[in-house]
Amino acid sequence: MNEFATLPDILKPDARSRDALLEVTDLCVRFPSDDGVVHAVEHVSFSVHANETLGVVGESGSGKSVTSMAILGLLPTYALVSGSVKFRGEELLGRSDKAMRSIRGDKIAMIFQDALTSLNPVFTVGRQIVEAIVVHQRITKDAAKQRAIELLELVGIPNPQDRFDQHPHQFSGGMRQRAMIAMAIANEPDVLIADEPTTALDVTIQAQVLDVLERIRERTNASIMLITHDLGVVAGVADRVMVMYAGHQVEVGGVDEIFYDGKHPYTRGLLESLPRLDRRNGTDQLHRIKGQPPSCVHLPPGCAFNPRCPHALPGLCDDTPPLLREVAPFHFSTCLRAEDIYPELR
Amino acid sequence: MLTYLVRRILYSVPVLLAVSFVTFWGLRITTDPLLKFRNLRNAATILPIQRKRLGLDQPIIVQWWKWLLNALQGDLGVSSRTNGAVGGELIHALGTTMHLVIWGTIISSVVAVSVGVYSAVKQYSIGDYAFTGLSYIGIAMPPFWFALMAIVLLVTWPKVHWDLDQPIFYSIGLHSTDRSGIFNLDYFRHLALPVMTLVVQTIASWSRYMRASMLEVLGADYVRAAKAKGVPRRTVILSHALRNALIPLVTVMALDTAFLFGGLIITEKIYSIPGTGTYFLNALTAGDAPALLGYTLLTGILVITANLIADVLYGVLDPRIRLS
Repeated sequence: MNEFATLPDILKPDARSRDALLEVTDLCVRFPSDDGVVHAVEHVSFSVHANETLGVVGESGSGKSVTSMAILGLLPTYALVSGSVKFRGEELLGRSDKAMRSIRGDKIAMIFQDALTSLNPVFTVGRQIVEAIVVHQRITKDAAKQRAIELLELVGIPNPQDRFDQHPHQFSGGMRQRAMIAMAIANEPDVLIADEPTTALDVTIQAQVLDVLERIRERTNASIMLITHDLGVVAGVADRVMVMYAGHQVEVGGVDEIFYDGKHPYTRGLLESLPRLDRRNGTDQLHRIKGQPPSCVHLPPGCAFNPRCPHALPGLCDDTPPLLREVAPFHFSTCLRAEDIYPELR
Repeated sequence: MLTYLVRRILYSVPVLLAVSFVTFWGLRITTDPLLKFRNLRNAATILPIQRKRLGLDQPIIVQWWKWLLNALQGDLGVSSRTNGAVGGELIHALGTTMHLVIWGTIISSVVAVSVGVYSAVKQYSIGDYAFTGLSYIGIAMPPFWFALMAIVLLVTWPKVHWDLDQPIFYSIGLHSTDRSGIFNLDYFRHLALPVMTLVVQTIASWSRYMRASMLEVLGADYVRAAKAKGVPRRTVILSHALRNALIPLVTVMALDTAFLFGGLIITEKIYSIPGTGTYFLNALTAGDAPALLGYTLLTGILVITANLIADVLYGVLDPRIRLS
């Protein structure tokens, strides 16, 4: 019996607007393994609204990417997925591969972290973009090629005519990620899931790619779900933020609320860990969250963060399973002590 | 590309020279070109004359050099077994062998790739386990034993059991005495068993390589990315994955060409096919040095050609190593 089996009805953490494009409710992903069941994603609920950017933040292994894979049905068949993923009110979970095809790349498209390995090395970049177009649109080959060249130009690739016939290895890192973006927006998707799109890039290129994403959003009105572990990226681009820890969502709220008025010790710990030039605490040491993230096979009882939490209360935090609740208007946290430990900011 | 090919061909020249010299030297030690004169009554007078005529009194390097100069002009010497020109005999035998090589390569690669792809896509299915078991049997089975069992089970047994005038498959030669040509039933009935014998081991091992290679590629990021684009599963497997998975298989295929020529010797002998394998075996038992030298040179050239073809194929399959 799972300790989270009873869930409240309020799991609509972001009722700010009703036109949710993508609605994920109580999503759980588990992987059977030799060491036991891996709880990769536990009872995650959120939605992505029209024309917004949702940032999903968390360290490696917190379940960010698995969540995005579950949305598109890209997890391996042995993954146990439960809950609900609705796109424009239609359930996506449990759909056949064939039924998912009309969604993938057309309604919901994805940009992957490593563009070098995510582009097929044996095909030209042009061919791969054309393929993305022709699987969803009835269009002649010439028109698809024309469109692909336009897309390359749109994402800021110089000489798109020549680049069209080149292979991924002839592109630089930033160019490849741009080509990936061109491929993802080929069918003007409603939702664009960007899984760590800038992680493999150096800072200058990172800024350029984020700039491209921003322009794309303005142009196509796509909603973006931006998965990253880089809080700086989120602060610059996202409208709302979801923070994940060990497969659980720990806090959801507007970007300002998360950054200036965090209601979960983990979120605050993350922010304090950022190296900052304008703050000196008397030492040259960076702040850190003590301890290690827990294994997703043996999650601690109660709040998953309690063994590392400076505010953990024995008998409460290591016992009561925390639920996501509204601690301020449109600001949700799972911390059982949110009101006690952050009162002055209410 | 052309420069690269020319360079590769030039690189293979020293290899062929070394192969021919080592063979020449080895054969001079182990065979006796004067054997047929030794039992003559006037051997004592004839032997020095013949030794001088054949140049055997000169240093081995000089003898080899003379052989090489002749070989470069197309003269591989005279077979001591048949008294015919080795060059002409080898070309003739090669024509016959090519039937086996071409069909063997086509069938091996097509079947091995299909089985490998199936096993990878349906990993741990009953079919996958069945093919895994079969391939272990195939790898473990010596070709000579397989050939004999095939003759017993597919030629002799049906003929005796169903009281046929002619067996379903033949086990001797490439054609019936009054027939010729390819793409006819007679040709197929002759070729089925030898080709089967030749391919059983290559299919078994190549399909295992293909399965492993395909499994690796199916887990690659670009396969997942192709799925995320909405590309149909079939296209993802047969276009995105297959082309990448074939690249390592080409290496294995090229390396196995030498293995193929080894298999040909046994196969041709058992099915009495007058190809290069039979020619080699006959020359070997007769101590026919010129024929053995010619055979080694030919095999060397064919193996080098196969590697060259593999290198060209790499470029076709993988643009990252395409040569400009």
